[in-house]
Amino acid sequence: MKQSFDEKALLEGLLNHNPKAVEIIYKESFHSIQSLIINNNGSSDDAKDIFQEAIIVLYEKLRSGNLNLNCQIKTFLYSVSRRLWLKRLQVQNRQYTTGDSLEPVIQVDDELELQKQRDADFELMEKAFQSLGEPCKSLLEAFYIHQLNMQMIAKKFGYTNAESAKNQKYKCLVRLKKIFFENYKNGNRDE
Amino acid sequence: MSEYNLIDAIERYIRGEMTPAERVQFEQLRKTNADIDQQVVEHTYFMKELHHFAGRKKLKSLLNEVHWQLSDQGQIHEMHSTGKAKFIYLWKRYRRVAAIAAVFAGLTTLGVISLISALSPNPQQKIQLLKREFDEIRKEQKSQKAEVKNLREQLNASSKNIHYKSGGTGFLLDEKGFIITNAHIIRKSKNVIVSNYKGEEFSAKIIFKDEQKDLAILKVDDKAFTPPQKIPYGFSRLESELAEPVFTLGYPRNEIVYTEGYLSALTGFNNDSLTCQLGISANRGNSGGPVFNRDGEIIGILSNKETEAEGVVFAIRSKYIFHLLDEFKKENPKFSLKISEKSVLKGASRQFQVKKIQPFVFLVKGD
Repeated sequence: MKQSFDEKALLEGLLNHNPKAVEIIYKESFHSIQSLIINNNGSSDDAKDIFQEAIIVLYEKLRSGNLNLNCQIKTFLYSVSRRLWLKRLQVQNRQYTTGDSLEPVIQVDDELELQKQRDADFELMEKAFQSLGEPCKSLLEAFYIHQLNMQMIAKKFGYTNAESAKNQKYKCLVRLKKIFFENYKNGNRDE
Repeated sequence: MSEYNLIDAIERYIRGEMTPAERVQFEQLRKTNADIDQQVVEHTYFMKELHHFAGRKKLKSLLNEVHWQLSDQGQIHEMHSTGKAKFIYLWKRYRRVAAIAAVFAGLTTLGVISLISALSPNPQQKIQLLKREFDEIRKEQKSQKAEVKNLREQLNASSKNIHYKSGGTGFLLDEKGFIITNAHIIRKSKNVIVSNYKGEEFSAKIIFKDEQKDLAILKVDDKAFTPPQKIPYGFSRLESELAEPVFTLGYPRNEIVYTEGYLSALTGFNNDSLTCQLGISANRGNSGGPVFNRDGEIIGILSNKETEAEGVVFAIRSKYIFHLLDEFKKENPKFSLKISEKSVLKGASRQFQVKKIQPFVFLVKGD
C-alpha cells in the first residue's frame, strides 16, 4: 500500500525522522533548489549542502514547537535555500547572476536569525564531543544518536555486560557534561 | 548519594519514571539541598541540549542516506550546467572567429606542404629500398621471438597461475583509474591484474613505487574498464585518535571481506612513525587495503608484511599518501592526479558506507 502524506503529516514525519517523509520532501523540493544554485555559480555538491541546511532550518523550527508554516514546505525550503545561497555568494565575493525565477518566495530573515543561535548551541555540543576522546565519543553516539540499547552497546564495544556498559556511559556522560559547561562558561560561544 | 546514582535519579525524574513515593522524596531533597537542586536544573538543560544535538545529527545522516538512495534510483540527478553553459556560451560567441581562423590555418598549411614537396629533392626511392630490407629483417626477428616466447610459455604454462597468486588489495585514488596499493605486493611483478568485487579483471601498469613507504601507484590501462561513478570517500589529513573505531575492505580471499577494529597505537613496529598499529583481524591479502574511520575517511593503508603475530596489524598513515602523491607529481608532471579530502559518507550507516565503497576496492594480483 502506498503511504500518502499531506503537508502536516510530512512535517510531523520530518520531526520524527521518518525516512519516507524525508524522501517525499526531498523529491518535491530538491530540483528547483538545485537548478537555482547551479544557475548561480554553484555545483551539485553546493546544492546538496544548501538544501540539507534548509531542511535543518525547517526541522529546528518544528522542534521549537512551531508547527504552522503558513506556506507550502516547498516554498519555505526554496526561500531559505535562496537566502542561504545569496549569503554564501556574498562571503565568497561571487555574483548572483540570474534574476529571480517564478518560484514563490517568503520572508525568512527572522527564522535565519533564530537559526544562528541554534547553530551556535549545536556547535557547542559538537565541540564538547570532539574533545571528549574515544571510546566515550563512540559510546555516547551509539546510545544517543544511533539509539542502540545497552546490550548491543556492550557487545559492540566489548563490555562484559549491559550493566558495565551503562556504568561506562554514565562516566562518559559526566565527562561530556563537564566539558560542555566549561566551554559554555568560558564564553566559547562567541568564538 | 554518589554522582552516578544522582544522575540516574535525575534522569528518571526528568523522564517521569519515578514512583509517586520516590518522586515526593526526591522533590523534598531538591528543596532542602540547594546543590542538588542546581544539579537538576543543570542536568535538565544539558540533556535537552544533548537530545537536540542527537536529533539533528540523526537527521543529517538520514538526509545523506535519502540523497544517495534517490540518486541511485535516478530520482534526482546531478546537474553540471555551469561548466557546459559557459562553454556553449563561449562557443556561440566566438564561433565565427574560430571558423575564419581555421580556414586561414588550413590554407597556410596547404601552402607550406606544396612548397616543401616542390623544393625538396627526391631521396624517397632509396629510403624505401632500405626500409624494405629492414622490414624483412624485422619480420624474421619477430617470428624468431614468437617461437622463443612460445617455447618459454610452454615451459611456464603450469607455473604461471601460481605466480599470479601473490596478491593483495588496492583501491582507487580518483575516477581515472589510479589505484594505490602496497609496493611489496607487486615488488617483482611485471604484469599486474586488478579485479573488482564482481570478479571482473582488468590489466594495470605500475607507474610509481616507493619501497621505503611500501606504497605503489597503478594505473588501470584496460579499455574495458569504466570507473564506477564518483568516489565517495575522502583522504584524511588529520591525526587519528587512539581507540578510534576503524574498518577495512579487502581481499584475503577471492571475495571482498569487511572487518572492523580500532586504532590501538599511534606508532608502528619499533615506534615507527610511518605506521600506526591496529587491533583488527587481517590476513596477507588485506595488505594494501584502505583503513576507514567512522566517517568514511581514509586514515591509512593496511600493510601487514612485517608481522606474523595475530591481531597485530600495521597501517601506513594517510598523511604519507599525500607525501607519495607530491613525489609522484614532481616526477610525472604530465599526469593530473587529485584526491578528495571530503567524504560524502559522513553520518551514514555502516551498511550503506560499505555498499558505496565496495566498487572502489580491488584485488591486486602480480606475477
